[in-house]
Amino acid sequence: MQITINGKIEQMDACTIDQLVRRQGLKPEALVVEHNRRIVQQAHWQEIQLREGDSLELLRFVGGG
Amino acid sequence: MKVGIAGAGGIGSNVAVFLARSGVRRFKLVDMDRVEAGNLNRQFYFRDQIGRFKVAALAENLRRIVPDAEIESLVARLDNASMATCFDDCDVVVEGFDGRAEKKMLLEALAPGGRPIVSASGVAGCNLDGIRTHCFGQCTVIGDFCTDADQSPCHAPKVALVAAMMAHVVLEKGGYYDCPTQK
Repeated sequence: MQITINGKIEQMDACTIDQLVRRQGLKPEALVVEHNRRIVQQAHWQEIQLREGDSLELLRFVGGG
Repeated sequence: MKVGIAGAGGIGSNVAVFLARSGVRRFKLVDMDRVEAGNLNRQFYFRDQIGRFKVAALAENLRRIVPDAEIESLVARLDNASMATCFDDCDVVVEGFDGRAEKKMLLEALAPGGRPIVSASGVAGCNLDGIRTHCFGQCTVIGDFCTDADQSPCHAPKVALVAAMMAHVVLEKGGYYDCPTQK
């Protein structure tokens, strides 16, 4: 399966957003995920199965404001 | 246009002032903290406001610029449920929280409604060259995306620069450059 993550095309096995985040070793506490231009609440990461051609943006917030 | 200011620290206070100077007249300010001496190096408060709730002090400062501004002030720490509804009557929300988890919570809580958000990530330190604008869902995020306030202190020039860029996005979304007298 081919999907785009932060602008880069990547090959990977089928998975959910939740599985992808864990596989990449990302800490979910400050991570916001955009799937096909829509922000997905963390509560729904397990429900969304990624498909061929999907686009993901993974934004890790840093503190300060 | 009514603008929600979520967090009235360095980002929230400066964005609100830039917006008031540019013609925005309606605000909802939400924060739970009081002004401290350590805030004065970058946040839009004055020494004689130390100890006051930030939302009250900011409302006062905005009214010194725009006496007829309509300002709603709320002293509160928002949780997931209250974040989703607190800004229902706002056309755009400025995310000015300090903590990473609160930033994430606001974006996720407001995602289903599709309300525009202008957010900050990476305002600490003194390197200005990495500041950029990134569109993310219905959100525009501005900052250097890497310098955490845990690693470096926040200084006025970078905080104010990011705040000015955020205010610019709000003004663009609200059409204020096309019609400067719009309220």
